[in-house]
Amino acid sequence: MAGQTITIKYFASLREKLGKSDEVLTLDGEVSISEVWQQVSRPYTADEGTVLMAINKVYANPDAPVVAGDEVAFFPPVTGG
Amino acid sequence: MPVLIEPQAFDPQQAISDYEHKLGCQGQYGATASFVGTMRDFNNGERVHRMTLEHYPGMTERTVEQIVATAKRRWEVLEILVVHRVGDIAVGEPIVLVAVWSAHRAAAFDACRFVMEELKSNAPFWKREITDNGSRWVEKNTPD
Repeated sequence: MAGQTITIKYFASLREKLGKSDEVLTLDGEVSISEVWQQVSRPYTADEGTVLMAINKVYANPDAPVVAGDEVAFFPPVTGG
Repeated sequence: MPVLIEPQAFDPQQAISDYEHKLGCQGQYGATASFVGTMRDFNNGERVHRMTLEHYPGMTERTVEQIVATAKRRWEVLEILVVHRVGDIAVGEPIVLVAVWSAHRAAAFDACRFVMEELKSNAPFWKREITDNGSRWVEKNTPD
């Protein structure tokens, strides 16, 4: 189905672990950001508890819904400052 | 709202001075509190030679702006300035500046600390250090 895609970005050590910095995913119905993570993180089993998630540049809980056109990001605990 | 992501080395004292001139509210503030974080040459038991700071363009600024907005709601402050480096950073270079202008010192101190702690907990930045043993990502910030 055309247009039912999301953009996914990966940062820092998570990007290196997964071997990709970004990708486009076609959505198959309603999904949560956690379900997106389960799909894109295969075959690596990164502990979901240590992965931070954002939708459209705002932190999201694992059960937050993702819709077509969203920008989703996954990254490790932050270490700025 | 002055939240600046800075790809080049900056002088925090100059940044405070320049911003104060722009503020144009001399006489209204009696207190300026500031914090500067600087790159050390050691971390987690190893000597660090330099580091690279990655960020999420768009989300990083937005997150820090939200932190500043929260601080302004919680304390009576005139203005808050945050400058944070990204890219390659050398030992001894400033990484982050938080400066707060207020009529009174309690608000300035407290807001400054709040912004710094919240930034360290939530702002999407990631440090990669180059040590004697190669490069490594910093896994988490220390509580102090």
